Amino acid sequence: MDAFLIQILNGLDKGSAYALIALGLTLIFGTLGVVNFAHGALFMVGAFCAVTLQRVLTLSFETVDETQKDFLGNPLKVKTPYVESWFGPEAGAWIIDWAVPLAVLIAIPIMLLVGYVMERGLIKHFYKRPHADQILVTFGLAIVIQEIVKYFFGANPIQTPPPDALNGVANLGAALGMEIVYPVWRIVYFCFSVLIIGGIFAFLQFTTFGMVVRAGMADRETVGLLGINIDRKFTIMFGIAAAVAGLAGVMYGPINPPNYHMGMDFLVLSFVVVVVGGMGSLPGAVLAGFLLGILESFASTTWATTTIPGINQIIIYLVAIIVLLTRPRGLMGRKGVMEE
Amino acid sequence: MTKSDVTRRGVLKSGAFAGAGVALPTIFTASSAAAYTNEPTGGSVTLGFNVPQTGPYADEGNDELLAQQLAVEHLNGEGDSGCLNTFTSKALKGNGILGKKVEFVTGDTQTKSDAARASAKSMIEKDGAIMINGGSSSGVAIAVQGLCQEAGVIFMAGLTHSNDTTGKDKKANGFRHFFNGYMSGAALAPVLEKEYGKERRAYHLTADYTWGWTQQESIAAATEAVGWETVNNVLTPLASTDFSSYIAPVLNSGADVLVLNHYGGNMVNSLTNAIQFGLLDKVVNNKDFKIVVPLYSELMAAGAGENIKGVFGSMNWNWQLQDEGTKAFVKSFGEKYGKPPSNSAQTCYAQTLLYADACERAGTFNPCGVAEALEGFEFDGLGNGPTLYRADDHQCFKDVLVVKGAENPTNAYDTLEIVEKTPRAQVEYAPDHPMFAGGDLGSCNPGA
Amino acid sequence: MFGLDKKDTSLLIVVALLTLLAPFILNPFPSDSAMAQFNAGYPDLMQRFVIFGIFAVGFNILFGLTGYLSFGHAAFLGVGSYSAVWMFKLLSYNIIPAVVLAVIIAGLFSLLIGFISLRRSGIYFSILTLAFAQMSFALAYSVLSNPKFNLTNGETGLQVYADDPQWLHGANMPDVPHLFGLSMRSTYTLELGPWAFDFNTGYYICAIVMMVAFYLAIRIFRSPFGMMLRAVKSNQQRMNYTGLNTRPYTLAAFVISGMYAGLAGGLMAAMDPLAGAERMQWTASGEVVLMTILGGAGTLIGPVLGAGFIKYFENIFSKINDNVLHGWFAFLPDGLEDFVVTIIHPFVGKGWHLTLGLLFMMVVIFLPGGLVEGGQRLAAWVRSKRNKGQDDETTGKTEPAE
Repeated sequence: MDAFLIQILNGLDKGSAYALIALGLTLIFGTLGVVNFAHGALFMVGAFCAVTLQRVLTLSFETVDETQKDFLGNPLKVKTPYVESWFGPEAGAWIIDWAVPLAVLIAIPIMLLVGYVMERGLIKHFYKRPHADQILVTFGLAIVIQEIVKYFFGANPIQTPPPDALNGVANLGAALGMEIVYPVWRIVYFCFSVLIIGGIFAFLQFTTFGMVVRAGMADRETVGLLGINIDRKFTIMFGIAAAVAGLAGVMYGPINPPNYHMGMDFLVLSFVVVVVGGMGSLPGAVLAGFLLGILESFASTTWATTTIPGINQIIIYLVAIIVLLTRPRGLMGRKGVMEE
Repeated sequence: MTKSDVTRRGVLKSGAFAGAGVALPTIFTASSAAAYTNEPTGGSVTLGFNVPQTGPYADEGNDELLAQQLAVEHLNGEGDSGCLNTFTSKALKGNGILGKKVEFVTGDTQTKSDAARASAKSMIEKDGAIMINGGSSSGVAIAVQGLCQEAGVIFMAGLTHSNDTTGKDKKANGFRHFFNGYMSGAALAPVLEKEYGKERRAYHLTADYTWGWTQQESIAAATEAVGWETVNNVLTPLASTDFSSYIAPVLNSGADVLVLNHYGGNMVNSLTNAIQFGLLDKVVNNKDFKIVVPLYSELMAAGAGENIKGVFGSMNWNWQLQDEGTKAFVKSFGEKYGKPPSNSAQTCYAQTLLYADACERAGTFNPCGVAEALEGFEFDGLGNGPTLYRADDHQCFKDVLVVKGAENPTNAYDTLEIVEKTPRAQVEYAPDHPMFAGGDLGSCNPGA
Repeated sequence: MFGLDKKDTSLLIVVALLTLLAPFILNPFPSDSAMAQFNAGYPDLMQRFVIFGIFAVGFNILFGLTGYLSFGHAAFLGVGSYSAVWMFKLLSYNIIPAVVLAVIIAGLFSLLIGFISLRRSGIYFSILTLAFAQMSFALAYSVLSNPKFNLTNGETGLQVYADDPQWLHGANMPDVPHLFGLSMRSTYTLELGPWAFDFNTGYYICAIVMMVAFYLAIRIFRSPFGMMLRAVKSNQQRMNYTGLNTRPYTLAAFVISGMYAGLAGGLMAAMDPLAGAERMQWTASGEVVLMTILGGAGTLIGPVLGAGFIKYFENIFSKINDNVLHGWFAFLPDGLEDFVVTIIHPFVGKGWHLTLGLLFMMVVIFLPGGLVEGGQRLAAWVRSKRNKGQDDETTGKTEPAE
């Protein structure tokens, strides 16, 4: 029973990342009708916002310590971060410790800007072009973004640890008399993603802006005829979608250390998630994200892999095939979106 | 430069004409007297360095490349000559190889066997490379080794740890300096026994492909021999990025040791996840829970950061060794590039020198001559202590290092500390050991 | 000629000349000059050009004509390679049975996957094909290479071992893939002064196969069947309303393109008898999509150009290291030399991905019809100028066509 609940938690956790990326992808499909292969790269850029902030905060000046030697036998240069000398060692260390949550604050404006520039500078010119061209240009962009990150940060993963206070494990089942030990940061990640997903839905549901966007998704032409500048609103939605992917990336860093190709690792999976959820459906994307996350977790258990060898390798694709064959437009897809 | 088929030149030539189907001009200056593939005729000889330059292992490949460039400098008598001063064989004079200036070409393996073969072929066919060196995965090493055997050039493997490279897939033209899964197990097991006791229950997570399987088999056999029990072995897909669903079941399995048969990004993530789940803080069967990572590399240690503290593993070599060869190499590498070399860099450096030395001693670049000079060659002074290139399977036998993550690293480079230097005798095995059986070295192929 | 109209005939002749003279065209620089780095006329790369050309031409029959975007075609190529290597292992190194079996198996496999995937259209179809291909890759990489049932040899790749049966192996046959004794490896090198040109048997066999494949593709494009496929692309619904079942047509196109992929995979194994699982991964499927779009989807010659373009960058640009750069710019004063090398450094060698990504974007931004459109514009420009008759001296890759 405990093991079962833990796998559900694992699934929700994996599903959080899938759902956030898929949500952003669906927003872009739904509003702009663009297949964005650079969305995984946006996720990665978000994670590297945290890495960059961590690097900036730990920028140090060097003092030579004659008592210690470095690997060549020269006197060791000891590094002290500037923040520690400015705010005192304790406050400085606290700021560095909280680098990842702090990165959320800087990632929001950066990702909104990246999304805005991307849409105005590039994607805008591809609305009328075939999907194939959109794939080619966004795939090219993804490679370029990746290579730039690789140029500055290398190919090796970089640790972005969570703050000490949120490190370690918590026993979730204590109240129920069970032992369900689970990493605190993973719980934080899940809550964070639920918050963001809820925020996006509330924004679309309860604000005028959101109402217009939803109307535009349903019938862009009519909304345009009503004298509303729908393009502008869609640009902002693109920025928001980029920010969602970026935030998913920032917070993902402590779970698995970021590297420059993490976006590509998620890209294909998140496309599968979007399509299983159904094209153009935001709830579908979220539902499919969590569903596939949970199924993936269960397929990884010893019980599953001994019953069907290799099931953990193929589960997501197998589920995708079954869903698409039984439900032509995925779980909650709308008719006529990307079907031709 | 003429490249031709191994056997039937006559048929081939006419075949090429027929196949071409175009009237060939009558000016033939092609020399067909080459005794072997890419026989160097001018004043220089070209080595081919085939390392991953894109993809997850790009940094490791870059490190290998730096070491190979350094080796070329030393061979040509530039720089401080590095290990040429400490190498027990004195055949190398710092005037290139056999008086020819050493040049090199580079290629990108992308850590894919197809791409690695393509770039190796391009170096052999287009650039006239006389040997291929480098790589950072066993799949790639085995694939390129096979290609070099067919093409008739020497392959000096880089980082490849699978038993198969010098086991069931061994080739007469291929040579491995790096250690292997069996040696990891043989070196680690006694140390683990000493540190953690005889009564341990191990849970293995294993990357689901050839290298992972052979390492798991080796480690399980070695630890079972000292009395450990293997509770479970779970295969994880190579493409996994999150290992939470594999780590969680470890908690209630009754195991008190977790063995991660993972490499590179897989290992960084699985170790990070294991620490996240608080495994190291647990007490199972009245013993502190422990994690073992049988194969370490400096880059993995850097990627895993603080998580490797106190975690045991094995290495081929480490820059913190204190012998003369190591010191000479670390000094020239460190002064040139501002960081200590990794163990894959050291392997590639040593392999390049060993190849050059073998050519000098054989007096030829002919792969058969070079292979003969390498087979059974005993040497020292390259950093690994007294080493033997065994003739039976072209595997180097030397001391293996058992290392663990340092508790209090003072800088970015001493994150691993050496626990023990396992003597060569302890990691030796018979050429027909079951884990290495089934292969056939074949005979050396000089190409033309 | 051959049942083609004048325009198609001249296209076929251009392609034939380009492939047959490739050893000359791709090696324009003397082999000891600094520019020799850009020479692409060595056997392995020439083989890759035509093999991926075949793959892309086949893919284009499905994508270019019907608009169905398959993201799983690499699986058919991989299956083709595996079948071919198994033929080498079981029968002999003769390439005929290997390539034939590769085409048949890939055809059957694509029939199965196509039959299921074509029940959906649009992106749903793309994801179904992607899912099948990724499953094939995952299984080939690990599960199907377990010691008890080793079908694919996993990570290392399937290869021929000395103890394989090879029942039909003749005593005097070479131990490398051959055509009735004619080795794929044999190369005749023609040296003309400082130039060296390689004529490789394997390449010419691939080239001939590609010309046949290309000819068949032209016939398909111009046939009533091709018209039907185009109709599917422009409006499938209307076709259905007229009471016509389009599924058999699309399925036929899917299987044909799958067989082309299998042919390419078989030839790849014939040129180099090792089949790695990575050739089935989604990145490999994506690559052929990129080749086709880059060259110009729906055009005949486009996919071949796109294939050449990508493979050229992968194999030539990745090999330009700092050493080579310093060699090129050695004539500059020291400071300037280092500066120039620093500027170019991120784009070559280990940075070849960056250059490729930038070029993808530039081509799709400035040449919406792909490289073919570039060729057409160039041709139009030359025609309007009509003076010097400038010939394109780079690598002859931008031949106007279609």
